[in-house]
Amino acid sequence: MINLTVKKPLGMSKESLRLDVSMTIEPQSFVALAGSSGSGKTTLLRILAGLEHSEGEITVDGLPWLHGKKSLPPQKRGIGFVFQDYALFENMSVEQNLLYVNDDRAHAAVLLELTGLLELKRRYPATLSGGQKQRVALCRALMNRPKLLLLDEPLSALDPQMRIKLQHDILTLHKAFKTTTIMVSHDPSEIYRLSQRVIVLEQGHIVSDGTPAEVLLHASGSQKFTVEGELLDIIKADVIYIAVVAIGQQIVEVVLDREEATRFDVGETVQVATKAFAPSLMHSRKKKHLL
Amino acid sequence: MNLPDLTPFYISFKLAIVTTLVLFIVALPLAWWLSQTRCRCKPVVEAFSALPIVLPPSVIGFYALYALSVNSPVGAFFNEYLGINLVFSFTGLVIASIFYSFPFMVQPLQSGFEGLNRHMLEASYISGKGKLKTLWRVALPNIKPSLLTAVIVTFAHTVGEFGVVLMVGGSIPGETKVASVAIYEMVEVMDYDAAHIYSAIMVTLSFAVLLAVHIFNRRNTAKVGVA
Repeated sequence: MINLTVKKPLGMSKESLRLDVSMTIEPQSFVALAGSSGSGKTTLLRILAGLEHSEGEITVDGLPWLHGKKSLPPQKRGIGFVFQDYALFENMSVEQNLLYVNDDRAHAAVLLELTGLLELKRRYPATLSGGQKQRVALCRALMNRPKLLLLDEPLSALDPQMRIKLQHDILTLHKAFKTTTIMVSHDPSEIYRLSQRVIVLEQGHIVSDGTPAEVLLHASGSQKFTVEGELLDIIKADVIYIAVVAIGQQIVEVVLDREEATRFDVGETVQVATKAFAPSLMHSRKKKHLL
Repeated sequence: MNLPDLTPFYISFKLAIVTTLVLFIVALPLAWWLSQTRCRCKPVVEAFSALPIVLPPSVIGFYALYALSVNSPVGAFFNEYLGINLVFSFTGLVIASIFYSFPFMVQPLQSGFEGLNRHMLEASYISGKGKLKTLWRVALPNIKPSLLTAVIVTFAHTVGEFGVVLMVGGSIPGETKVASVAIYEMVEVMDYDAAHIYSAIMVTLSFAVLLAVHIFNRRNTAKVGVA
């Protein structure tokens, strides 16, 4: 069980935003921290790791990690941390990266086996792909059998296919070791797939806290089907107008009338919604992602 | 033409090796601290440690001469308790050279440490390792080009010093007469043949050292580029 109340100015100037949050995290749970950039997610994660100072209280399983000005150093917190940029020790092979943390060859072999890295254990980080590097970082973070695993946007530098593979690995490891995990993420599908709870931060405060379904499905309750996208262009075609909207990796067209066309600006975030028709699912013509 | 007496080169290189070794041990903690600290005093320490780059060697030599003489507490201490007279001795030369070459060791190491991915060091702390182990096992092995630059440049700079060694060490053959001082004396007595030979040896050695550094650094950057 983690109890935390944390206050810290975000940014340099005194009038700027303050991180001001309180939360309780259940043992063995998987929590996602979401919110726009600059909202304080990464800062919160770094405070939990002991990498940044702050005011407040953090208690983990009854042990004080932060109490007023007294802060337990990161070395003594017994956590695992995965950085967005992997942060592997470049001078060590894959296996040495793991053994540096904890000289337990058997445990290293289990982790490398679970993530399919056993054959690469003698390779050096510079020769690995981004996805492979991040899997090594994930294994390294679990070498000390941590009470708490912190993931700072671990998959945002990877391509979509590699993300899905890594999400699968993260789930496998979470099920195998039941480590309490807090992950910063921007990707709703990732949050939905991995976490049991989502906490959304905006400008240093918690604005939403619930299950992924409650927080992420904006249109829950009503029968509306709504997706958000970016308005890329408005094209005039005879008497009608066509709006080109980017939704995730897809580009769609929506027909507008003249009055609507004047209401929207290119570049703004828009909602694409259907009112009368229920959308239906069909098999994708694209190749299925390999899991 | 007689074969030149190589003792001054031996003294020069002995001085450079001892100075580089001592400086590595002394400058490493400071370079590490400077790269990691957020202390407001950092610019002051940086400016102070860079002074020898700007100051004329005669100024450093003068202060070193004063500090090492029996008139100062340091010189008096060495003289009284250890029986070492620092002025016009090899030990005194080493101490003066340490000050003279200090920035050439500190600055490459510091910029090497500053160029490291901070997350890599944090990953080491989080895994339970202290600062010393992180410095030794993670930071140092990952700044090899800077490390090599620091060691070679310090070595070369010490071999090439003249003003400071002349003031602090004088020119005692076999004790403090280094190659640069020997060349100066040869020119003074118009022994141009010997001066030519000594100078040519200096040019060749210095060029070889610098070439080695550049080749090594080129290979290293090429490796990173491929990765």
